[in-house]
Amino acid sequence: MMQTRRTFFALATFALLAAPALAQDKSIVVASTTSTQDSGLFGHILPLFKQRTGIDVKVVSQGTGQALDTGRRGDADVVFVHARPQEERFVADGFGVKRNAVMYNDFVLIGPGSDPAGIRGSKDILAALKTIKDKGAVFISRGDKSGTHAAELNLWKLAGIDIAKDKGPWYREIGQGMGAALNTAAASDAYVLADRGTWLSFKNRGDLVIAVEGDNRLFNQYGIILVNPARHAHVKKDLGQAFIDWIISPEGQEAIADYRIGGEQLFFPNATVPGA
Amino acid sequence: MKCNQNGMETSSALELVLRGDPALLAIVRLSLAVSLSAVLFAALVGLPLGAALALTRFPGRGAAIVVLNALMGLPPVVVGLAVYLLLSRSGPLGELGLLFTPQAMVIAQAILIAPIVAALARQTLEDLWLEYRDELSAMGVGPARRIATLIWDGRFSLLTALLAGFGRAAAEVGAVIIVGGNIDGFTRVMTTAIALETSKGDLPLALGLGFVLIAIVVVVNALAWGARRAGERMAG
Repeated sequence: MMQTRRTFFALATFALLAAPALAQDKSIVVASTTSTQDSGLFGHILPLFKQRTGIDVKVVSQGTGQALDTGRRGDADVVFVHARPQEERFVADGFGVKRNAVMYNDFVLIGPGSDPAGIRGSKDILAALKTIKDKGAVFISRGDKSGTHAAELNLWKLAGIDIAKDKGPWYREIGQGMGAALNTAAASDAYVLADRGTWLSFKNRGDLVIAVEGDNRLFNQYGIILVNPARHAHVKKDLGQAFIDWIISPEGQEAIADYRIGGEQLFFPNATVPGA
Repeated sequence: MKCNQNGMETSSALELVLRGDPALLAIVRLSLAVSLSAVLFAALVGLPLGAALALTRFPGRGAAIVVLNALMGLPPVVVGLAVYLLLSRSGPLGELGLLFTPQAMVIAQAILIAPIVAALARQTLEDLWLEYRDELSAMGVGPARRIATLIWDGRFSLLTALLAGFGRAAAEVGAVIIVGGNIDGFTRVMTTAIALETSKGDLPLALGLGFVLIAIVVVVNALAWGARRAGERMAG
């Protein structure tokens, strides 16, 4: 019997190890997008915030649609996403307190070096998408209701293409994150819309290069919203607001601007720009 | 994997292991803690359930065994989703605030592997029961004592059932990534770290972490094997 008891205690110890510190730690849950996490931005700014305030930020990185849903269910204190119309609806529906602009970067159209659609170097994203469709060049869509997916659908619309109706075998929805979409594009010589941050930090590029960039319509704005404590009483209002206040403060904005990969700035703070 | 940009990404998994990278060690520790805890809870439910099925006869027993065996193939992502909906603030157990914590991961994995432990225990103990039935029946031992005796005497063989459960728990990603959220330094385990590195396109690091995970599972199995050998010797 001794032995079972010992085994039991050993296992029980592991069970206790799995329990997080019971102490009232200062932490918040932020539902955010894959781009902010995978690009390494959070790894850069969160230690600075923690140092300043002692608050731990637990980031759950999802697509924008899922992140907003996590906020709607009350499973996060703050959402940090990039799809302005959806963010505004989130606030209008009473799930969020107020949307604050934080920063922007841009989308880039990524494609194979062989450039089967012949669009490389163009600055007109709408013409490029039309060409991809006309030539039936393979295009990978996120298909996961993320901010990037929403932006892509909007671009098809602006290009006068009803993608739901016009898509053929060349248009492949994978329903996964940005990294998975880039992995798929690299493996199948396809075009894909990506945020520049994830692209710059992405390792498995294979033959992929930037095909189209620099079009104003590729602008990508990020916003941050406190989940409404009036709707979800357990929301850590003060800690969450402290994070938002910091990230839109000069100090937080500078931390964002300082983040670079290979000398290239990934995100451009614009919290103080009216209407951003 | 704190400071992904400067730490993890630029080094191979082997280097990280060799220099005892604290972020990697924390992930390994959490993987072991979560999956072994899940095995503990699955054993508390699964072993008595398997034993009870092994020694009782009732109408519909065959169907119960078929269902239990089928549940060994529970899809992790479905278990994860069900536990997520249960633990979400908008769900029935939202008050507990367990979503995106290691405890939520233990719950999901325990549900996932309890049928494995129960089904394998049922098979093992049914064979043992054939040997013991006459003796225990003659002694007039009650059902609870019978179950306890069988589990105790079959403990070395039952280890295999627990190891099968552990293997499944340590290897799955679908459930823990949904209920844990893959939060850096808090709910990130080996499998979710591998998924993350894959999505960042760092395939060599992802594969390296995969080998580390396999090595951990081998070590756990070797320890269990050693414990079993030692135990059998001591038990004569």
